[in-house]
Parts: sequence; C-alpha cells; structure tokens
Amino acid sequence: MRSLTHLERLEAESIHIFREVVAEAENPVMLYSVGKDSSVMLHLARKAFYPSPPPFPMLHVASGWDFKDLLDHRDKTVKEYDLELIVAQNDEAEEQGINPFDTGSALYSQAQLTDPLKRALTEHKFDAAFGGGRRDEEKARAKERVFSFRTASHRWDPKNQRPELWNLYNSKKNKDESIRVFPISNWTELDIWQYIALEKIDIVPLYLSQKRPTVTRDGLILVVDDDRFRFEAGEEPVERSVRFRTLGCYPLTGATESEATDMSLIIQEMLLATGSERQGRAIDKGQSASMEDKKQEGYF
Amino acid sequence: MTTRDSSFQVDSLIAEDIDAYLDQHQHKSLMRFITCGSVDDGKSTLIGRLLYDSKMIFEDQLAILESDSKKVGTQGEEIDFALLVDGLAAEREQGITIDVAYRFFTTEKRKFIVADTPGHEQYTRNMVTGASTADLAVILVDARKGVLVQTRRHSYLVHLLGIKHVVLAVNKMDLVDYDQATFDAIVDDYTAFAKEVGIEEFTAIPISGFKGDNITAKADGAPSSNTPWYSGPALINHLENVELANTAAQERSFRMPVQWVNRPNLDFRGFAGLIASGSIKPGDPVRIVPAGKTSTVKSIATFDGDLDEAVAGQSVTLTLNDEVDCSRGDVIAAAGDPPEASDQFEATIVWMDEAALKPGRGYWLKLGSQMVTATVQPPKHEVDVNSFEHLAAKTLELNSIGVAEIATDRPITFEPYESSRQLGGFILIDKFTNATVGAGMLHFSLRRAQNVHWQPTTITREDHGRMKNQTPRVLWFTGLSGSGKSTIANEVEKQLALMNRHTFLLDGDNVRHGLNKDLGFTETDRIENIRRIGEVAKLMTDAGLIVLTAFISPFRAERRLVREMIPEGEFIEVFVDTPLEVAEQRDVKGLYKKARSGQLKNFTGIDSPYEEPENAEITVNTVDMTPVEAAEYIIKQILPLK
Repeated sequence: MRSLTHLERLEAESIHIFREVVAEAENPVMLYSVGKDSSVMLHLARKAFYPSPPPFPMLHVASGWDFKDLLDHRDKTVKEYDLELIVAQNDEAEEQGINPFDTGSALYSQAQLTDPLKRALTEHKFDAAFGGGRRDEEKARAKERVFSFRTASHRWDPKNQRPELWNLYNSKKNKDESIRVFPISNWTELDIWQYIALEKIDIVPLYLSQKRPTVTRDGLILVVDDDRFRFEAGEEPVERSVRFRTLGCYPLTGATESEATDMSLIIQEMLLATGSERQGRAIDKGQSASMEDKKQEGYF
Repeated sequence: MTTRDSSFQVDSLIAEDIDAYLDQHQHKSLMRFITCGSVDDGKSTLIGRLLYDSKMIFEDQLAILESDSKKVGTQGEEIDFALLVDGLAAEREQGITIDVAYRFFTTEKRKFIVADTPGHEQYTRNMVTGASTADLAVILVDARKGVLVQTRRHSYLVHLLGIKHVVLAVNKMDLVDYDQATFDAIVDDYTAFAKEVGIEEFTAIPISGFKGDNITAKADGAPSSNTPWYSGPALINHLENVELANTAAQERSFRMPVQWVNRPNLDFRGFAGLIASGSIKPGDPVRIVPAGKTSTVKSIATFDGDLDEAVAGQSVTLTLNDEVDCSRGDVIAAAGDPPEASDQFEATIVWMDEAALKPGRGYWLKLGSQMVTATVQPPKHEVDVNSFEHLAAKTLELNSIGVAEIATDRPITFEPYESSRQLGGFILIDKFTNATVGAGMLHFSLRRAQNVHWQPTTITREDHGRMKNQTPRVLWFTGLSGSGKSTIANEVEKQLALMNRHTFLLDGDNVRHGLNKDLGFTETDRIENIRRIGEVAKLMTDAGLIVLTAFISPFRAERRLVREMIPEGEFIEVFVDTPLEVAEQRDVKGLYKKARSGQLKNFTGIDSPYEEPENAEITVNTVDMTPVEAAEYIIKQILPLK
C-alpha cells in the first residue's frame, strides 16, 4: 500500500479539474498572470494533458505597468512551451490618463485589470476560464467554488453558488454565461512554493532577492522598474536587497527586504514571516470586503 | 489563546534546517475533515484556535480581525473568531454563515483541509457539500447542553455520507468545571443514539476550544491537567493518526472513470482519469465497462515518465495494447471484477433546490464522467432527520432527504455508494436553470432492469415507414385549453388521409379515459401524463405512423423530454398560439368559467402556468387563421413528407 502525500493528492485533484473542463467546455482559456500560482497552474496543465500540449490558450491581462522581468519571463515561457498567448490590455484607459500614480486603486484596478479581462473573455467567447485563486488567500476566496458560475455580464453572486459535491462539477450553463474554474483552490502558499521547489518550476526572478533600486512610500517598498516612475519631492532611488512575495503592477506592489536567493530560503522566510502574502498589494486595501466586491464586478 | 503545543513547534526546525523541514513536510499525508454542531457550540473558536496555533493567521490578518471584532463582532472586547470564517459581506450583515468555507492548517505529521459548515437552518445542503469530500467528522457538543437535535441531525448526515471516522468533541469543558460525570453522561447518551443511526465507532474527547484543553497534547503526550481522568488522545493527535481511506481504496478492485481521450498523434491514444479504487500495473488485464471489451494495460504515461504502478487517488493516463472502443463516460476496470451497469436504481436523494423535485421530469444526472437524463419516481419515503422516521412523501422539498427509484435513459456504470463514493455518488442538474438541484447516493440496481432487455426486432422502424411510403413523425400540438389544438390536428389528419398518409391522432381527453385515467391534474401527474403519451407516440412512430398529438402540455421540460425520446428531426412542435383572452372567450367546454369560479383547480392559464415554446418548428395563430387555413399551412411546412 502506498499512502499518497498531500502534494500528490492536491496535484491529482487539480489535474482532474483541468481535464473535466477540457472535456465539457467548448472554449476554455487559462488566465496566465505569470506569477508563481500561474506558473504552478501551467505546470499542472502540462501534466494533465501530456503528451498533448495544454489544449487552450493563455490569456495575460497586462496593465501596461507590469514588471519588465515578468514580461520577459512570459515571452520566454510561451516560446519554450509553444503556447498560444492572448494579451488583453485597455489602451483607452491609458489615454484617459488612468495610471497607478494618480488614479485611486479601485478605479485603476477596474479599468486596467477587470475591464480588459471581461472584454477579452467576451470577445473570444471563452466559456470557461482557469484562474489561480486559492482559498487560503482571502476570506471571499475561501467560500468560492472550484467551478464558479458567472452571468453573461461576468457577475458573481456569492449567495447563489452551486453546491459542489465529491469530485463532481456542474459545467452546465446557458449561452453567453461562463465559468471561472480554480484548479488550485485547495493549495496553500506553502504548497505552491514547495511544489515549485520540488518540480523545479521556472519562476520570474523577481521572487528571488537581488539588489534593486527602491523608494519607500506609504509603508511599501516600491521598485523603480522603468523611467516612467514618478518621484515625489526629495525622493531618491536607494539600492536595497529585495524580493516579492506576490507580483502585481509595479507601482502598486510592495517588495520585502530579503536575502533569500534560492527556493529553500524563500520558503524559510515565508514560514517565519508574520505578515500575509497579500500585504504588499495596494489594491487589496480599503474596506474589508473589497476582494468580494471586486470579484462581483468580474475580477478574478 | 496563548499556549502553543508540541505539534506546532516547528519554528526552530524552520529556522535552523529548512531543507530538513521541507523534506519532512513533503511526506505528510492530507486529511479532509468537517466540523459540525449547533450554532453556539464553539465551532468557530475551535477552528480559529487550530489556524492560530498552526500559524495560519498573519499579523495583518489578525489586525483586521481585531478591528472587525470591535465593529461587528459578538464577543465584546474578545476576538470574534467567527469573523475569520464568515467572510462574505452578507454573512456579516446577517451574522450567519451562508456557505461552506474551506480552511487549511498543518501539523508536524499531517496537512489538513477543514470544511466549516454552518449550523443554521440551511444545514443539510451545506453539510452534505462539506461532508462529501471529508475523511472524518468532528461533531461538537456543548458540555452544558449535551446531545441536541442538531447533534442528531449532523450525525445522521455524516453517517449517510459514509464518513467512517467520527469524533465527538465535548466542548466548553471549562464551563462545567471539567467534570468527568458530565462528560461520561454525554458519551453514554451519544453511544445509545449512535447505534440507532448506524455509527459503529466514534472517539469522544473532552475539550475546551477557548482554553485549549486537549486540543493538542503536551510535549510528553499527557492530556490536559484539567482532565486527569481522561486518558485518550488530544484532538490534534487523534486527527494526525487516523488511518486514511486512500490506502483502503487501494485494496479494492481497479476502477478508473475515463475523463478524456488523449490523441496527440496517430501513435498515441491514452485514456485519462483519476483512479477511483485499486491499483494498476502495465500488463494488467482490464475490461471497458459497459461495452465489456477486454485488453491489457500497455503503459501508465505521465509527464514525469512511465510509471511501474499507479494507485487510487492518482490522476494518470493509460494506454492499452488493443484498439478497443473507449471514450469519456466509460470505466476501465479490473477484467476479473468489473462493476455492473444498469438503468434503474434505488437511491437516497438530498434535495438542494428551492423548487421541489418534480417526479417524472428529466434531469441531468452526473456520475463520475457519465452524464445522462434521469427521471425520479415519487419517493418511497422521506426521512425525518430528527427522529429518523420514514414519512410518506409525494416529492422532496429543499433540504429534505428521501429514498426513491431512478431511471436513466441509458445504462450507467456504477457501484453502491457504500463501497465507492466515486461510482455511487451523483448530482442532479435542472435542465433549464442548470442549477445543481440534488445529490444522490446509489443503493443498488433494480432487478427488473437486469432482467428486462431490449428485444431486437427484425422488422425495423425504417422498414415500417418504407412499407407505408412515409417518414414517421410526431406533430406535437401545444397551446392553451380552447386554443384549437384538437380542431386543427383533426383537420391536418383529414387532409393527410386524403394524401394516403398513415396517421393517428392522440387526443388529450381520449387518453385520459383509458391509458392515463389514474392521473389527476397536479404538476406531477401532468408530467407523468406527458411522459406516457411520449412513449406511446414513440411506439407509433416505430410502427411507421405519422402521429398527431393534441395536449396542452404546459411545461417546456416535458415537451423537451418527448423531443429527446424521438429521433432527431422527427419531432415537430406545433404551437397553437391563441391569447388567453381569446381562448377564455371561446370557452368551448366551459372550463375557464369553472376555473375562474374556483370549481376547477390547477387550470392552465388561470392558476397553473403555461410555458410558451421558445423554438417551435411551426407556429399558427388562430385569431387570423381559420382551422382549415392553419391545417393547410402546417402541411405545407412538413412537405415533402418523405
């Protein structure tokens, strides 16, 4: 008798979910944000359909304020695994002057993240979209189903979710409705890191510590990633050894000071940390139910 | 909430030797469990404690929790751990738990996923959801209150869902001065009742979630000093040591529902699935169920290379040595011990929708990777989850549980739920709202399904049609009472007869005098009425006839049910579109008058709905057309008849 480890059980469950969607949906897509969760998802998708490549395209919602390293990693990965990539970006918002420095985080994330995502899903008529949401991340996510139903206008109704029993998922829907699917719902941050270490999954170098030019503002350490960074009076970039626990738009994502330059040091730091993963995300701040509100609007 | 016990003391290992810690962590097993109990039994406090002690609450989250506790909490100045799990805005507004939340924590030995299910009225639906994936259930009892109605309900549900490991956690021991007699009395109480439910074994632990007694053992393994009379394990130690079902599943025969057929090129044809039970090696003989073809396993292909063996719980891709027909919905099974296939079953059903079960209506049934149409008979009985009495029932309402017979439109491969959750558990999906409306657990197939086989006939339906020089069809007239269905159908038949076509007209009233005289006009009876007429119409088309039917047939679902019985293209829905005012004015049979005066109940258009066709093949309007004109129009639409 062989007792499966927790990672083996989680992996088997995620693969089962991927296959179920591909068997039942007409036009699935995977939301690929290039972060650590996305990287694990991509790895699981490659396992699920091996020796076939993942039979769906990747959708990257680019805000226009993505870290350069992240975009490089994205393009390298797409090329290496011969993936189909769709990039969704809201160029009008840029023209209207919506940017992470002047615009409030709610409007910014709506215009640069949620809107282009919804537009891309509608335009390509995707009826199922994989996302890397985990239940341990946030309390609204802890309550979300693996198969999360969306109306034709991409709204989520948390009070009206389909009961989800055993490993049976209901993918039935009407025309224009869609389903968000979360294959790594039951993984924790530690599971993700450990799996990355174990499976030697290639991740964006920003997760590893390195000397980077930084500015401290509103309690966050921001990395000056390109010459569009707006300095406030008296601000000067300072070289610090920093890395990221989570990756969002560069002017809105805080780095942490760290000396962790390999996977075990990252995990060690994470386990000894006293703050949560999303602490560095400016767009999560505000009222306590903000993730739920954003999700209802169509955010992943 | 300050004491930290041995199970969680890994900080030093993390700091000193992270690689050793990771190596240890990697080999942990995973247990899913459910917590249940009454509303104020301290469930949230227990979960909060488990999360807090295992470092799953970070400082920023704790800060939010503290400020939320002051704002909306119910514990005064204390931290309200319920707010950790009740995360939705609507839940906080109303101070109740709406839905299941999944939480995670880890100890030295094991990783846990806990499904926190609400203790409130909507318990059944959510309990079943949480319990369906659980290996173990922690049933909390307040030491001051003892075994309550809710304890009984939850225990019944836990047993129904087949959870083998039950923990009776007698909580709030601090509030009864850690009194052994109180604990013993509750255990005695529960023992008697557990037997009644069918729970053979359980582990009782006296705890205090608030003070931390017997949640985790001390370094020397001793129980809390407050309960020196207790010699069993602490809760966490028990959870860590229970033997998990995933090794038990390996001991049974091999079964893998096929999810997806992988064909990257002409040389590779793999069958992907999650192994439900047993284990498999290359060379093992297998049988494809229900077709019955056999082959042997060629390889177990994975991204990390071919495997020598795979076991229950793993997602794999099998290739076979023969080119056998196998697709999604089939089950690959041990050749010597395959599961059976049947199309009629008895099952326990938990109803989960606001709209009650409609016996006779077709629902999607999903079991493993199989999706079929199923109809449920009126329940044999409903179970009162408080008294476990069997009650008579005509249908199942939200959150009720009953036993009923189910028929599927084609055989499905299954095992009794008792021996396999994967091949014995199913969901029912409403064909119109697409909602998951029911969950079921199969007991056994009905003997009659095993003994009644389709009799192959030599003269086929095509032969019958050819002899009559026509393509058999069903012209299904639907519309309000008094819309003119029978008149027009009669006219159509007359004109077809003049064209030498072989027809038969099934009329609503006539059928109710004979075949369906046992049926009334309730929703359930109307559904059965239409089902039987559909079957008769189908037999008549098998005989080569053009069948005309004139029934109000008010529900889309039933018209669709009949449509699905008849070969594609041979079912023609004719909507006789007459506004209610016009039909009521005509009132040929005087029925509207009776309905309006309350003498006639459940009358379509008055106190029972009529669902207009959305995509009828033919629509006739009887306000602008005479019956003869309508009939001519219909015939023109279906010409040529061959």
